[in-house]
Amino acid sequence: MITMAETKAPAARPLSPHLQIYRPMLTMMMSIAHRITGFGLYFGTLLLAWWVISASGPNGYARFEAFAGSWIGRLILFGYTWALIHHMLGGIRHLIWDSGRGLGPIERERLAAANLIGSIAITLILWAIGLLAMGGSQ
Amino acid sequence: MNEKAHIRTPLARVRGHGAAKSGTGHFWHQRVTAVANIPLTIAAVIILITLLGRNQAAAAQILGSPAIAIIMLLFIASITTHMRIGMAAIIEDYVHDDNAKLILLMANTFFTIAVGLASAFGILKLSFGV
Ligand code: HEM
Repeated sequence: MITMAETKAPAARPLSPHLQIYRPMLTMMMSIAHRITGFGLYFGTLLLAWWVISASGPNGYARFEAFAGSWIGRLILFGYTWALIHHMLGGIRHLIWDSGRGLGPIERERLAAANLIGSIAITLILWAIGLLAMGGSQ
Repeated sequence: MNEKAHIRTPLARVRGHGAAKSGTGHFWHQRVTAVANIPLTIAAVIILITLLGRNQAAAAQILGSPAIAIIMLLFIASITTHMRIGMAAIIEDYVHDDNAKLILLMANTFFTIAVGLASAFGILKLSFGV
């Protein structure tokens, strides 16, 4: 019987590779994207607070609308829309995984692709509807 | 450890020793709010779109009407709870200094409660018209 004292060299066990060793994969990018969008949405709630608080008076609302209509405002709101939809779809993906489904090699690739394509498509559709709604009643 | 010599269960011995110093409560609440967030986010986006292009008086009236206000309040409560737990997980993952972690976790709690209450106040103000 070999005891601990008799083993000479440490066993050649594989080391766990760090993040940059891996070939970037869609599933991995989507995982990171879920965290980054969650982080962005967190601070974006300040805009939600500003919007609903400003709605109580015409001057405040005009200030919010001026910001929302500026190019930087539009850019932030467009990014926020995408982050929200992407994170929501990613969240649904997480909930599917929590139920024990969608973890196979093919399913998880498909879910990741659906998440990305779906979030871009829905964001564009929402903005098309939004811009039409604004143009229509002004 | 001799199991028979201990009156405490194995669970009781590990409880409170994770990075969060709490048990599965965060995990579970994150899931509950994630599920609630789905219909509430869809509803909030639809409400927002219907308000686009309306003037302030019309927007205030719609946002403050009972059904819409209640949906918005639920949305605010759910996302702020959810994002507090989510940000706590991010802090626990990347901040290993105990003092910095404590301060950031507190700041997280303050921020999420402040944003949540400010938004809820905004909605209630529209509803009660004060
Ligand atoms: C719209 C529906 C939403 C769903 C279904 C959802 C779902 C989820 C799920 C399942 C997680 C945990 C992921 C994991 O276990 O790694 C998560 C994390 C998170 N969510 Fe959401 N979420 C939603 C909306 C939001 C919103 C509106 C915010 C902020 C305002 C937000 C902020 C966060 C943050 C900060 C995290 C932590 C990210 C991480 O740990 O990597 N989420 N979300």
